[in-house]
Parts: sequence; structure tokens; C-alpha cells
Amino acid sequence: MIALPFEHILILATTLFLIGFVGVISRKNTLFILMSLEVMLNAVGIAFIGAGSVWQQADGQVMFILILTLAAAEVALGLALLIRLQRKFQSLDIDILNKLRG
Amino acid sequence: MILSWLPFYPLISFFILIIFGKRLSWLMATIVSVGAVTLSALSSFIVIQQLAQIDNHIITVQLWQWFSLGTAQVNFTLYLDGLSAVMISVVTGIGALIHLYAAGYMKEDENFSRFMAYMNLFIVAMLLLVLGDNLVLLYLGWEGVGLCSFLLIGFWYQDPANAMAAKKAFIVTRIGDTAMAIALFMLFSTLGDLNIANITELAQQQWLVGDDKAYWIALLLLGGAVGKSAQLPLQTWLPDAMAGPTPVSALIHAATMVTAGVYLIARMHGIFLLSPEVMSYVAWIGGLTLLLAGFAALAQTDIKRVLAYSTMSQIGYMMLALGAGAWSEGVFHLMTHAFFKALLFLTAGSIILALHHQQNLFKMGGLARKLPIETSLFAIGLIALIALPGTSGFYSKEAIIDSLWSSSTAGAALWWCAILGAFLTSVYSCRLFFLAFLGESRSEHQVKDDFSAIMRWPLFLLALLALLGGLFANMVEINLSNVFVDSVSSAQASSHSLVTESSPHWLHYVAIVTPFIGIVFSWFYFADYRQTSHSKTNHEVQYTANNFSDFFLNGLGFDALYQRLIVNPYCFLAKLNRRDIFDQIIMSSRWYVDLWREALVASQTGSLRWYAATLGVAVVFLLGVVLL
Repeated sequence: MIALPFEHILILATTLFLIGFVGVISRKNTLFILMSLEVMLNAVGIAFIGAGSVWQQADGQVMFILILTLAAAEVALGLALLIRLQRKFQSLDIDILNKLRG
Repeated sequence: MILSWLPFYPLISFFILIIFGKRLSWLMATIVSVGAVTLSALSSFIVIQQLAQIDNHIITVQLWQWFSLGTAQVNFTLYLDGLSAVMISVVTGIGALIHLYAAGYMKEDENFSRFMAYMNLFIVAMLLLVLGDNLVLLYLGWEGVGLCSFLLIGFWYQDPANAMAAKKAFIVTRIGDTAMAIALFMLFSTLGDLNIANITELAQQQWLVGDDKAYWIALLLLGGAVGKSAQLPLQTWLPDAMAGPTPVSALIHAATMVTAGVYLIARMHGIFLLSPEVMSYVAWIGGLTLLLAGFAALAQTDIKRVLAYSTMSQIGYMMLALGAGAWSEGVFHLMTHAFFKALLFLTAGSIILALHHQQNLFKMGGLARKLPIETSLFAIGLIALIALPGTSGFYSKEAIIDSLWSSSTAGAALWWCAILGAFLTSVYSCRLFFLAFLGESRSEHQVKDDFSAIMRWPLFLLALLALLGGLFANMVEINLSNVFVDSVSSAQASSHSLVTESSPHWLHYVAIVTPFIGIVFSWFYFADYRQTSHSKTNHEVQYTANNFSDFFLNGLGFDALYQRLIVNPYCFLAKLNRRDIFDQIIMSSRWYVDLWREALVASQTGSLRWYAATLGVAVVFLLGVVLL
């Protein structure tokens, strides 16, 4: 197995993170924002795995498992909220759901 | 020991009434409040009996030490001599009768117990004022009287006009109080003591007649007296004070409050004797006030305001007497005035109740047939006020007028003022009597005349006092001569006798005849008011409004004058000062807070994407800062 250079892993992770981030700030539909958030979380996960393999430590994989569980919980909650939002506002447009405006 | 409890019965009653308030029934509240004042009245009569048997005619009771100022001690000490004996008998005696009447008058009022509590507190304050042996205690009572007058004049505070009248009384008397406080500071800083007896002694040792300090102190004390007694520059609060319930007017005008100024000057006569100029100011203020008030009373339409101006003019007589050095005559007039003015006010209260709170004289008329008892009581009060021979007013007023001509601080001009004042008194009294009691009834309502005994008996007693009060002359004279005797001798010792020339013989006859001239004059001049209308068809008695009578109606324009001279400039300055520099500093902090609030509000768009973007940019920026 050829060890991938750490730089490539970081580039991949950064690219994924930026894609996710751009998705979060440019998407209007809350469902897609949630999905973009997942992408960002996975980007961070990749960075942890890469770092773990470079330094030969199990901590990176432990962090990834943690992120995975966190993402699962977040998705479960987030989807439930989305359903409630859809029922209440008949829309998932994040610009309409700005009731917390000061 | 009777003396030490004397001022505190009404105080206890005050606390009971305030604590239990509306939970007390009418009967309970009446028993407590009237009983307390009656108890004070009884003890004051006993104490006065004791006083006559003591050699130096002074009883003092030291209750406790209040505080000490350097070496001088201010004690809570009650001091009873001839002068305060006369005062407490008036305050408690007349006060008890007024309380009894007020219990009947205010029976229907829902705040009855609060009313009686204030009345009791009024008596307490007045008793402390006249019994205090030092000026601080006197000042405590002085301010207490002011406070209670405020509370009682504004008793029906739901009407803004009443609240305004209460505020006016408080603020106007406050001007005089300030002058008096400064006088106390000056006395303490120059003599180092505030005990009245000590002050009088020290002042006569240290100062000669005409001393500058004595002049200023006496002048400032006069300022205090002028405010409380509603004399010339500060008289405007008194007619407006009629906004209170009628028993309050009786209490303020007869037994308490306005007599405080007269008492102060009589009490501090030792200082006043040292500055004859101020004595003549006192006399002139009294003389001018009695004329002014007499003229103003001629044009009033409200029965209570006529009586208010009449009080003002009678206090003017007292001031005139004090200024002329006729101390005991002035104090005696205070006493007789308390009798007949309480009678007049309380009877007026009954009439007002009978007419369903109608106070306008031009809506009365013909009451003599409907309310014969009240009419005769009122007539008794009026003849005592006019000072017809034999009544109590005659003894005191003639004594005052007699003493004027020969006094060096008063003189002939003020004698003529007093005579003119007596003439005016009888004219406005007749006008009042004709309008209210004679002629045709102009009342819109049915007259109700079912007065309870509680509202009648005090009136009979007062009428008796008003008629026969002259019999007290000797007693009062003996009491007061002990107080004022040393001052007279010291004044003579300083070769400044107050008697300069003997008065001509015709003075006395003029003084006696003047009231009759007034009555005869008004019999013809006010013929319209007393005649029944069937003699003249379609004749209506109405208030003729023209510039001249309006001028008198408004108290010779003093209110408007003060409005222009003092109130308006003050309001103008206050308005200018609204935006002063300190205000701006404080307002700038408000402006900053506002600015930051706006910025933070703008940042809270509620748009999630915007938050995320800002967060991202901020993280990149911070990372950049950390890494580079």
C-alpha cells in the first residue's frame, strides 16, 4: 500500500470543507444546508484519519468515530426539526425562517 | 406630668387611626380622635390652673435630650408660660370643638379616619410649636403644621384644583420657612444657644437697641411669620386653601396654622424689641394686609373666600398690635378671633352642606327663613367679627386700635388704617349676611336642614364664647403680663419707651362708631341684596363682572403679579436649563447606548447563511493572524 502524502489528504479535506462551506452559505433550502454541513463534517473526519495515519496514532480514528456519531445524532435531530419547520411554515427557505432577526 | 402627656394624646390617636384606617367604624374613629383632643383640652385647663399657683408662672418639663450642638443642648422640653397657656387653651379647646363638628361633617366621607388622623396630627404639631422651649422644637412643630395643612387642604386630592391649592400653600409658606431657618442659623451662630428664654436674655445683654444682627434676625423671623400667617407678600395661599373641607378651614384659620406667625413674633418679642425698625415693618405689614384683605373680601363670590380674606385681615390686626408693641392685645385678639372665626367657618360649613355643596353667595339668599338657627349663629359670629360693643371681638379689637396712636412704632397713619379696616370689615360682613341670609332664595336645590346634634352643639358653645369671650380679658391679661413684663421694663431701661404721646380723646369714640357707620352704609349701598325680589320685578341679584370688581375678586392681582414676576420667569429658566451641559453629558451616554444597540440590532439579521459566512470569514481572518 502506497502511503498517500499527507499534503494530498489535507488538500482533499480542505477542498471538501470549502465545498461544504460554500454550500452552507449559498444554499437557500435548509435541507441542502444540512447536507452541506455533513460534507464539512466528513472533510474534518478525513483530516483526522490522515493525521492519525501519519503519526501512527489511534486518536485520529477515535475522533472520526466521534464525529460520525455526532453527525448521526445531528442529522436525526436536524431532519426532525426540518419536518416541523416544513409543517409550520410550509417552506424550508432559510431566508424566510429569520424570526430571530433583531 | 399632665403637661408632659398633653401633646401626645392626639399623636397616639393619629397612629391608631393611621394603622387601623378604614377598619375602624365611624363611631370608633370619632371616639378615638375627638376623645384624644378633648383629653388634651382637659389637661390644658388643669395645667393652666396649676400655672396660676406657681410663683414664677413657668412650668417646664424636660422629656429627653434631643441632640447637642457643641456645648448647646437641644432638649425635648415643654415650656408653659402665660403665652403658651393662652395658645394651648385655644388650640386644644377650639380644636376639640372643631374635631367634634368635623366628625359630623365628614361622616359620609370614605376616608373619614384618614381625615381625623391628619386633624389630630395638626393639633400635635401646633402643640409642639407653642410648647417648645427651644427654637428647634418650635421649628419641628412649625414644619409639622405646614405638612398637615398640605395634607388637609389637598384632602380631596382627586380634584387637581385642590391638589394645586395644597401645593401652593406648601410652597408659599416654604418661602417664609426658609427665612425663618436662616434666622435660626444666625441666632445660633451669634448667640450659641437656641433655648428661647436664653436667647432673649443673651440678646438683651449683648445687643443694644438697633443692633444690625438683631435687625436682620428679626426681619428673617418676620419673614417666617409672614409666610405662615398669610401676610402681605406671601398672603396668596390662604384664599386658595379654601379647597379643603370646611372644618379644615376652621382649624387652619381659627386654632392653628395662621396664628403660628403671630405666636412666633410674640414669643420672640425680646428680639423684636431690639430693632424698632422691624417692629414698625410688622405694624405696616399688618396694616396693609388688613386693608388689602378687606378690599378683596368686598368682591368675593364664595362664602368661604370672604371668610378667608376676613381671617387675613384679622391676622393683620394682630400683626399691627404686635408691631405697635401691644403684645397682649395682639394675643388676646388671636384668642377671640379663634372663637368667632371657628364659629363662622363651621356655620358656613353647615350652610354649605344644607345647600348641597353650594358655596356661591349669589346662589344663596333667603336662608334666614329656612335655617333660623344657623342664621342666628352666623350673625353672632359676624357681630363679633365687626366688633360691636359687648362681643368678644370688641374687647380685643378696641384694645388694639387704642394702643396704635400712641405707639412709636405704629402711629396715627396706622390708626387710620385700622379704622378703615374696621369699616371694611363691617361692610363686607353685611354684604355677606345680606347675600346669604336675606332677600329671595336663589338656591337651585331644596335646602336640607337635618343637622345632627354633633354638628350643632359645638356651634352653640362657640357662639357663647364669641359673645362672652370678652370676659376672659382679665384672665388673659394676667397670664400675659407675666410674659411681657420683663421686656417692657428692659425697653424702658434702654430709654426707648414705646409710648411717645398721649392719644386724643375722640379716638375711642371714632373706633366704637366706625362699625355702625359700616353697617348703615351697607344697609343702603347693598339694598338690592337684602330686599326680596317681589318689590322689583324681574330683578336678579347677580355678580357684576367688571375690571374693578374682578381686580378685587382676584385678591388685588397678586396671583397674576407673582405669576408674571416669579412663576413664569422661573418656568422659562427651567425650560432653558432643560438642555444644560450636564444634561448633555448624561444624554450622550444615552446616545452611545443607543448607537451600540442599533449596531447590534443590525447584526442580528436572523439570516443563518449570513451568520455562517461571517463565522467563516472571521475564522480565516483569525487563522491568518495566528499563522502569519
